[in-house]
Amino acid sequence: MTAIVRQTLLAPQPAPPDLAKQWTRTRIVGHGLMAVWILAGLGMVWWLIGAWNIEFVDRYLPRYLAGLWTTLSLVAISIVLGAALSLPLAFMRMSDNPVLGGIAYGYVYFFRGTPLLAQLFLIYYGFGTFRAELEAVGLWWFFRDAWNCALFAFTLNTAAYQAEILRGAIESVKPGQWEGGAALGLRPLQTFRKIVLPQAMIVALRPYGNEIILMIKGSAVVALITVFDLMAVTRRAFSNTFDFQTYIWAAVFYLVIVETVRILWNRLEKRLTRHQQR
Amino acid sequence: MDALGYLAFGDTGWSDEIARGVLVTASLALVTLPVGLAIGFLLALAKQSREETLRLAADIYTTIFRGLPELLTIFMVYYGMQIGIRQASLALGFEGGFEINAFVAGMIALAVVFSSFASEVFLSAFRAIPHGQYEAGDALGLTRWQTMRTIIAPQLVRIALPGLGNLWLILLKDTAYISVIGLSDIMRQAGIAARVTKEAFLFFGIACLLYLVLAILSSIVFSRIERAARRSEVRA
Repeated sequence: MTAIVRQTLLAPQPAPPDLAKQWTRTRIVGHGLMAVWILAGLGMVWWLIGAWNIEFVDRYLPRYLAGLWTTLSLVAISIVLGAALSLPLAFMRMSDNPVLGGIAYGYVYFFRGTPLLAQLFLIYYGFGTFRAELEAVGLWWFFRDAWNCALFAFTLNTAAYQAEILRGAIESVKPGQWEGGAALGLRPLQTFRKIVLPQAMIVALRPYGNEIILMIKGSAVVALITVFDLMAVTRRAFSNTFDFQTYIWAAVFYLVIVETVRILWNRLEKRLTRHQQR
Repeated sequence: MDALGYLAFGDTGWSDEIARGVLVTASLALVTLPVGLAIGFLLALAKQSREETLRLAADIYTTIFRGLPELLTIFMVYYGMQIGIRQASLALGFEGGFEINAFVAGMIALAVVFSSFASEVFLSAFRAIPHGQYEAGDALGLTRWQTMRTIIAPQLVRIALPGLGNLWLILLKDTAYISVIGLSDIMRQAGIAARVTKEAFLFFGIACLLYLVLAILSSIVFSRIERAARRSEVRA
């Protein structure tokens, strides 16, 4: 067999021309859907500009901002109080004592298995049934107020979720870490605080972020028990004006808060886990 | 009347009303599930498509409906539909009021929320399936649809089931929000009973327990389904 050997090299060729992008079905659908979104967005902006009314803004913007403040403070306080409550709960859940473990399990199951709305009504309307008893122990002033009831319900609710997050995170730390602490002569509390907890918090970071977002969204239910949060302000404005833009503005506010929290949380996570990134 | 009297069936008690509420809650969740799953699956397909515009369109949908409070979504769907239909009918020359069915509005709102979360579950399940599985389908000469149906889908379901189980429990709880637009579900019936009898703690406590029972029943069913889906897995 004779080998065919080319004596002269081919002259360098230009790169082949780009294949013209074909209009496949997916591409048409994708462009169509984007067109729908863009048209909807432009239509909404156009409508909002057309409906722009300085009286409306003067009248309702301060109320919206006050409602936003109520929402944010309610969520912030209940998350912090819930975090404090979740620590003993998580330890009860992990303990070998069946009574403590059972109580914590029942607590967590109840608050995670029932709607926040039902819990809120149970506390706000339900505790009113025991007015005489509550007055006798001097707690009625607390449960008479809708804001306090909302704070109480949210704290109990988020404590259950946070206890599960915390438990999962602590259990994800390998037992060798505890043994390492013991080998260094640290007491269990020191080992927990200096070795286990920092590693557990890294694992818990993402679920905590999700929990904050869930609480912001869930906090809208307080509008139903006369707490004037962002949702309640919106409902009041809608029933006064029958103008749908009241709801659009509420949606914008909520989306901005949730997206801000998400972006900030992603940054925080990136910074706190930079030792793990390669 | 004592507490037991309130819980009798029939005209004097509230048990039959509340039982009807349980049926409404369960049927709303059951009707929403397939719609939400279908939209969520399509969204997941769009999100892993090579076409950039399709991915972006699906991401916009998820960002909006995952970020809005469920209550707000429900009000927007309910009142938005009412206003939209009224204006459309006025434009067509009809007069007169229209009542939007709370069940339908609730189903749409819950399906929209459910699908935006379900798409993320499906997407991460898609990403857990190695690319070689698709190539194997190609090598066997299967069409794209056959590969999806006989190779990818069975594995996808198995991976996505735990996540979808969680979403189902969330959906069950979210149905409580529909009571605010007038659907006679557990929450609304319990609320009416509480207002009439002034036994709020009793009836809202019962409502909570009923939701717990529904959740427990669902977990039993789900663990059965998961076992059934895993029956073909090789046991180590």
